[in-house]
Amino acid sequence: MNRRHFLASSILAAGAPLVGKFNGVAWAAPAVTEVNSLYRNLLLLVELKGANDGLNTVIPYTDPVYAQLRPRIAIAGDQALKISDREGLHPSLDPLMALWRNKELAVVQGVGYPAPNLSHFRSIDIWDTASKSEEYLDAGWLARTFAAVPTPRQFAADGVIVGSSNMGPLSGVGVRSITLSDTQQFLRQARLAKPLVDERNAALKHLMSVEAEIVHAASKLNANYQFKTEFPKGAFGNQVRTAAQMVASNAGMATIRLTLGSFDTHAGQLGAHANLLKELAEGIAAFKAAMIELNRWDSTMVMTYSEFGRRPKENQSGGTDHGTASAHFVAGGRVIGGLYGQAPQLNRLDGSGNLAHAVDFRSLYATVIEQWWGGNATPILHGKFEKLHLLKA
Amino acid sequence: MMKAYDMKKAFPVLWRYMLVVVTSCALAFFISQNTVRAADLSMGTDAARHLLSRTGFAATAADIQTFAKLSRAEAADQLVKGAVTTAIAITPPLPWVNEPPLSPSRRQNMSREEVQDERKLNNERTLELRDWWFREMLNTPSPLTEKMTLFWHNHFATSQLKVRFGGFIYRQNILLRRNALGNFSSLLHEMARDPAMLLYLDGANSKKDAPNENFAREVMELFTLGEGNYSEKDIKEVARAFTGWSLDRETGQFKFRRGIHDYSYKTIFGKTGNFEGDQVLDLILARPETAQFITRKLWREFVSPEPDEKEVKRMAAIFKESDYNIGKLMRVMLSSDAFYAMDNRATLIKSPVEFVVGTLKTFEIEAQSLRPFVLTAAMLGQNVFAPPSVRGWPGGEAWINTATLLGRKQLLDRLFRNEDRMEVTVRQINDMDDMNDTNDMNNMANMAARIGEPSQGPPGKEGRMARQMERSMGGIKWNLDAWSHHFVEQRGVTAKQDMTQVLLAIAPQAASQSTPQPVSDNPADWARQLVADPAYQLK
Repeated sequence: MNRRHFLASSILAAGAPLVGKFNGVAWAAPAVTEVNSLYRNLLLLVELKGANDGLNTVIPYTDPVYAQLRPRIAIAGDQALKISDREGLHPSLDPLMALWRNKELAVVQGVGYPAPNLSHFRSIDIWDTASKSEEYLDAGWLARTFAAVPTPRQFAADGVIVGSSNMGPLSGVGVRSITLSDTQQFLRQARLAKPLVDERNAALKHLMSVEAEIVHAASKLNANYQFKTEFPKGAFGNQVRTAAQMVASNAGMATIRLTLGSFDTHAGQLGAHANLLKELAEGIAAFKAAMIELNRWDSTMVMTYSEFGRRPKENQSGGTDHGTASAHFVAGGRVIGGLYGQAPQLNRLDGSGNLAHAVDFRSLYATVIEQWWGGNATPILHGKFEKLHLLKA
Repeated sequence: MMKAYDMKKAFPVLWRYMLVVVTSCALAFFISQNTVRAADLSMGTDAARHLLSRTGFAATAADIQTFAKLSRAEAADQLVKGAVTTAIAITPPLPWVNEPPLSPSRRQNMSREEVQDERKLNNERTLELRDWWFREMLNTPSPLTEKMTLFWHNHFATSQLKVRFGGFIYRQNILLRRNALGNFSSLLHEMARDPAMLLYLDGANSKKDAPNENFAREVMELFTLGEGNYSEKDIKEVARAFTGWSLDRETGQFKFRRGIHDYSYKTIFGKTGNFEGDQVLDLILARPETAQFITRKLWREFVSPEPDEKEVKRMAAIFKESDYNIGKLMRVMLSSDAFYAMDNRATLIKSPVEFVVGTLKTFEIEAQSLRPFVLTAAMLGQNVFAPPSVRGWPGGEAWINTATLLGRKQLLDRLFRNEDRMEVTVRQINDMDDMNDTNDMNNMANMAARIGEPSQGPPGKEGRMARQMERSMGGIKWNLDAWSHHFVEQRGVTAKQDMTQVLLAIAPQAASQSTPQPVSDNPADWARQLVADPAYQLK
């Protein structure tokens, strides 16, 4: 039995009023809404695919070791956008400076985990499933979160994946998810799909559940909001626009995941990295503007993540190899702006020449689960992780 | 006649005795053959359909009949032999494939515009290469060669978006095709010297002073041993062994640069020696995990999503003992009981390329330009020569999500509904190049999804591309009615069952719905309903 069935039957068993539709508007019994009303707080995850170079994102511009390690690719102190007397943002991140000044951008340094794995695929699995380094888990951390406390039945989906086919943190049995690149395209095509019954063959079962998702989601989406916000051109800008349309539809979803990449800058890093960070910053700034139009910025939390950072010492190809801890951003109307975590300790690198972590990535997840959604993170994350106090009450 | 009668009459008991002996001997012989050599019997149409859909792109009615008469062993033999003898593409190579790459000295003297033109040229050429490969997949006498080439492309995943130069991409494809069912050891050794690979995983610039670990890591994690069968230290040591494996930028050939090679001792898997690249590959090949890793991956591609570890180990041992003869492994796998097990039928999801090429081939759709189909496969998640990462395409259930399933249905809808566009002349597509500029599946998706829409797309780049695709889709010479009537003429009374067998790997699933499907006498409607069925996505 998948979770959706479980939810439906448990409501029936409890004798609670049924969820239904009246005049085309979804309504639900108050009891059901109340339980999960905190899921109206939206989490927008931005995956920086391929491992973002934290050191050239949040630059320790006064640290002489930084310039020594990176003779070719260091960002000069006079270029960095100063956010403290030690740290500066990459110049491409200029669109984020308005958020910084407005104290709604948290910069978390040194995010990682113990015994880091340097394989892209394994490490993103670790991040997606919130596992220990040596532990293999099947379900994504968001999948477990929604399994513990379901989103309201009338939500179109638990989460939406935009611009990638990888389910990442939403991987898992029973997750109600939608994958799409463009809402209008999705609606146009949805009429071609029809719901079907269950089946034993796993591949066929998957096909049928995707068909069922399409039908359910299509009935909830409305993608015609006319934003005043201008969205950036390009792939990531399109993702941001699609995400904003999803929020505007009021169809209900607890999370949206976007993907930007590839950050795997083994060679010739400078130009490629600058472009990617520009896309990121413009995208986040546009999303903020759109959410303010919808009066949703105070119930929106934007968070970046990535499999790991990159090695402090540059390589011979003008790039950087796989590293460990990195800096990440959290932004939103209720975020307490400022610096969190620990600045990179460049004179204390490990045997592979990599940084030690200061903040466990699961601390960020614990913050989302408990402070943003009011859940209990310990059973979901299989342990207690210190929360970051970066959200206003 | 009389004499025999007399004999029987004269020695009735003896005669009857002999008859019993002869009959029982024959029966015993037949039974022993039947049980011991089950694989020698004719496989029948269902098994033939299964084999053809797994080893090729389509199972046509005629091929099903031909293979149904063969035994499993004969069929596997024929497929593998056919693949080995057709390791050279029958589609003529594009005229530019042997041009040398742009040398660094020439590049230095180029203006910004010239550099951009060069980049556009290479993007266009890679698009041409995709057309070329799709053409080969459609016309090859050995679809298994193409399936294996695609398998190895996914295994040794290399992207044009980083390699840039189209000639290198072509050469790698030729390398893969030549070794597709040959020897894995040769394939691996050649791949380590392949220019596209040297560029893609940064080996070309790896020096003694600063060994680049990219190739060293992936050669073990993704190409041979699998994660967990080596240490981080091994990676560093392997990286040192491959320093100096580089590229002559003027000629575009592999070049070993002594000056930057690390000649000092390395310790790999606990063995210490003055290893260089080829010896490292041999050390890796000597480990049993390599044969198992490859066998497991081939199992997922050809047999089922869940490898049977006992069978994998058995087949991997044969593979390793044969010094990594891929053809031998495939013969064993494709005639195994597991391959034909009913539980494993229709359990694999067609990849976008299989779905698109298979649809063209099954319905004998003739397209002057294959580009719209190349782009559709890209939109559906599989842009050949541009895998998402060195891990290749995730595949399996990951092929199907709400966006891609809708995209697949949209392509079918477009092909099966709009016959009114059939006679439109193909116009030349000129500026598709900027769409290949981007690694961005979304733009592709946005654009390609509009295949079926009237030409009123958004202004600008996307709209322009959409209109171009629309035009080239119009150049398809195909008509569903003609195809289905022809099918009925050929197959006669069994046409409906035969069409179901050709199009679906299992019984239609839509029939199990509570609302019954409308029954139609029009064979074109049968085809429409069958391809709309979820079972059409399976192989």
